[in-house]
Amino acid sequence: MAQIYLPERTEEQNRPQRSPIPSTTREQRETNTGPQATVTPTRQPGLADVAVIVGLVGLVALIIAGAGRATAHSTDTVISLSPAVLPLYAGYSLLRMVLAYILSLTFTLVYGHVAATNARARSIMVSMLDILQSIPILSFLPGVVLALIALFPNSSLGVELSAIILIFTSQAWNMTFSFYHSVKTLPLDLQEAATVYRLTPWRRFTRLELPFGMLGLVWNSMMSWAGGWFFLMAAEQLTLGKRSFRLPGIGSYLQTAANRGDVRALILGLGTLVLVIILLDLLFWRPLVAWSDKFKFEQTKSSDTPESPVLDFLRRSALLEQFTTRFWRPFMDRFNLVLDRIVPGETLSLMTEGEAVPRRVTAATVAGWAVTALIVAGALFGVFNAVKLLAQVSVHDWGQILLGGLLTFLRTVVTLALGLAWTLPLGVAIGTNPKWSRRLQPVVQVVASIPATALFPILLIGLLRLPAGIEFAAILLMLLGTQWYMLFNIIAGASSIPTDLREAARVYQVTGWRRWRTLILPCVFPYLVTGLITASGGAWNASVVAEFVQFNGSTHATLGLGSLIAQSAAQNHLAVLLASTIFMAAIVVTINRLVWRRMYNLADRKYALG
Amino acid sequence: MANLARMRANGRTKDAGEILLEAEHVAKYYGTDAKNEQQRVLVLDDISIQVKSGEFVAILGPSGSGKSTLLRILGGLIRASDGSVRYRGTEVTAPNTNLALIFQTFALFPWLTVLENVELGLEAQPNLTRTQKTKRALAAIDTIGLDGFEDAYPKELSGGMRQRVGFARALVVQPELLFMDEPFSALDVLTAENLRNELMRLWREGRIPTKAILLITHSIEEAVFMADRIVVMGHDPGRIRAILTGIPLAERGTKTPAAEALIDLVYTIITQPDEDAADLMAGRVNAGTGGTTTPERAKSAAKNYQTLPHVKIGVINGLAERVLRAGGREDLFVLGRELQLEIDDLLPIVEAIELLGFGEATGGDLVLSDAGKQLAEGDDQTDKTLFRQQALAHIALIRQIADTLATAEDHELDSDEIREQLEEHFSPDEAERQFGTAIDWARYAELFAYDDESGLLYLEDALTGE
Repeated sequence: MAQIYLPERTEEQNRPQRSPIPSTTREQRETNTGPQATVTPTRQPGLADVAVIVGLVGLVALIIAGAGRATAHSTDTVISLSPAVLPLYAGYSLLRMVLAYILSLTFTLVYGHVAATNARARSIMVSMLDILQSIPILSFLPGVVLALIALFPNSSLGVELSAIILIFTSQAWNMTFSFYHSVKTLPLDLQEAATVYRLTPWRRFTRLELPFGMLGLVWNSMMSWAGGWFFLMAAEQLTLGKRSFRLPGIGSYLQTAANRGDVRALILGLGTLVLVIILLDLLFWRPLVAWSDKFKFEQTKSSDTPESPVLDFLRRSALLEQFTTRFWRPFMDRFNLVLDRIVPGETLSLMTEGEAVPRRVTAATVAGWAVTALIVAGALFGVFNAVKLLAQVSVHDWGQILLGGLLTFLRTVVTLALGLAWTLPLGVAIGTNPKWSRRLQPVVQVVASIPATALFPILLIGLLRLPAGIEFAAILLMLLGTQWYMLFNIIAGASSIPTDLREAARVYQVTGWRRWRTLILPCVFPYLVTGLITASGGAWNASVVAEFVQFNGSTHATLGLGSLIAQSAAQNHLAVLLASTIFMAAIVVTINRLVWRRMYNLADRKYALG
Repeated sequence: MANLARMRANGRTKDAGEILLEAEHVAKYYGTDAKNEQQRVLVLDDISIQVKSGEFVAILGPSGSGKSTLLRILGGLIRASDGSVRYRGTEVTAPNTNLALIFQTFALFPWLTVLENVELGLEAQPNLTRTQKTKRALAAIDTIGLDGFEDAYPKELSGGMRQRVGFARALVVQPELLFMDEPFSALDVLTAENLRNELMRLWREGRIPTKAILLITHSIEEAVFMADRIVVMGHDPGRIRAILTGIPLAERGTKTPAAEALIDLVYTIITQPDEDAADLMAGRVNAGTGGTTTPERAKSAAKNYQTLPHVKIGVINGLAERVLRAGGREDLFVLGRELQLEIDDLLPIVEAIELLGFGEATGGDLVLSDAGKQLAEGDDQTDKTLFRQQALAHIALIRQIADTLATAEDHELDSDEIREQLEEHFSPDEAERQFGTAIDWARYAELFAYDDESGLLYLEDALTGE
């Protein structure tokens, strides 16, 4: 799994092919020093190695500092607004994000693999994921926080963990869906090759499933990080009933600055956050995207490959090279051998195409039944308690929930319409112009990854002075959180319009509205639907943050399902929280099934190119 | 490697004749209810076959004869519905661990280099060190002529080089059985020829460390030039029509009269799917080949339902025109060679022509009927009229739909009814293809129209006469 981070056999891609070597000399060399070391000349240590060492030391220091903080005996921290604390706060926030991401990745790989390969678990696991991702993230808050604080009453560890788990819930689902889908669509011939050449379940996973899902995982990870930053702001400062918890971090810094009306601190904090995001993009995501290009499932080499100077730099590092050959590869060899033995699963299985196979009762099946029984019992207990809780919700509250649902629905519609109104023309303009597309793409990516929740305090200062300001603010925040999904997809769709179709439109003088109707919209449509699906889910989720704002010592709220959830979570009113959460999840799932899935199928059937 | 190969080669001659793999009365069917004979779709019918040590066996057949399915059943990748497969006397219940498989699509892992792809089969062998694995992989790469490309990724290689990687990956595990599933059919003619010769050279020299090779192919020449034994399969359902003895190993690769005669014989058998293979062979014993045939049985259940070959109209017209230029009769072998069509491409067209009554294949020739001659001469409009008339007369499915539409009140029909009916006789994929071909032909004949979105078949206004 660590292969994701450490590029393996990195040198081939930019090295010219070497000339054939007589096989005798090759064999001699192998017996002496091993094949890998002889292939490339030994490199001299250089600047790259200094950078690698500094990076490592920094990482270790950060982890130690974080651990020291987590065990500190306080549950509420005073947030300093001094610029000097910003690097440390940014480091804490980053560490939380990294830990949550590691958690998400682990969950993704395990859950996605099991859901895709175990036919019996599949249907339950996939619908569970579908529901989980439509539950607003902040609804998890009271349960998670209360449980963890009860576990660690005397340290901030509980609050830290709940922040991490909250971020996890905003990162994991789309990654899991992506990986599940990849494993499900593995080409049959590769699966057969894996069977015939007797790959163990572990090798099948690392050699086949993981590489095949890699591109999707990388892109979804980037999206998940954007989502994670969005909710980090909420996760670092929690209010639960009369208690409030603050964790030192960039999110709580921004909120404190906004509450005190300290514009200088706000701008400094925002600048730091943007800097962190740009650095991450440059030092982590771009190298990762460039590296993962080798997992593209293509039979011919495409001319347009992503590049990263940082990755090239690391690939020339002599230290990393030495580390890889001397330590990493031998270690992985042994590690793989151990996992070959312990990872369960059938190495050799006969494809049966749905015919009934007599099943033997083994320890594994008994364990499976036990786990199933436990899950069913747990679910029944949960349902029983949920029903008991729901019985406490008054008729008036149900009325509020229904009305709130309607109002939030209207807000999401307005948000999507507004977003579409500006992203469609701009996205098509950028996408159909390769020059602009290349120039603006990186800019748009960075702008999009700045979390709207960080900008929000600044916007609120101006907006709350207007009449019905919270109404504008709510829609604006929902828009800020969702428009980018639309813009990205429209740009991608517009740049995929085939040149011959564009030329045909020009030759037959199809212009103006006719050009939009016959050429642009049909080509963009599948992409647009994908963007709208994500944006719609995002808007519902953002409504929880957008409709209920605590700012400058006072609370601003407007009636809506989101504000009901936020409010009941803050006041620890679990019955209303549960009722409105279930209602929202139900609305999101219903809209997905009734509207988006149909449009998606239509797009797939009618407007898919080629 | 060379030593090892020699040892293997010796071993091959020593225990030659030992039965490695044996299939008895294997059948495969698909369908919702496999127990119910009416409901299931037969794909393979009563296949019995033996592979002996030291043998190179080719399974030859047109598309739809279930060759690939048979290969996977023999390898233990798919379960047979009926009958048994035994390897060295033991019933096969899991993928055979002494097997290597070469794929038509190469099935290389695009994210692994050539060397890593070849090492793949050795990866899970804990008793080999990394150095030993690499050494063996490099030796196999060397044997197959890939040295210099160890660190290249598959996407940087040409098709021929990629299939060489496939061979190296298969040879490095030193399997007892080597299965090849149309290994050359994704390659261009010259590359395929080159790789085939290379493989035969290695096999002759005993440098392929396997005891037996099983080749799936639809190319008659490939089978004749490579195999000790040729299993000729027929389709609907897939079954063995004849098992022929190949030409001696030393003579393969050159166009001897014996090879030409064998090619001609196989062509005759394959192009006349409804004739008894034994009758066809009777007049040809002087060709110097022995072998056994399976007598054609009474038409089986699946045969009752007309199967449409998936052929486009333009191709039918084109072939008719070509045969007319030759005077209305032409040797199929000549046609295939001249048009560079493998039997897999040529046969469906011939079948379509026969089915529509435009001609007939007799004695290895395609002979046009009067209608076929008119089709070849006619312009677009007369072609359509002719096609409409022949389709209505000979294609049951098209006639049935046209009749139903003519009598239906609103001249409409839900295509799901037709699909359901087809799925009683074909696998779901094939049923969809059958439907597609029927629609394609009917649209050309302007018999009826089909709207994919609503799934409705209907008569166009012009056709209803309203």
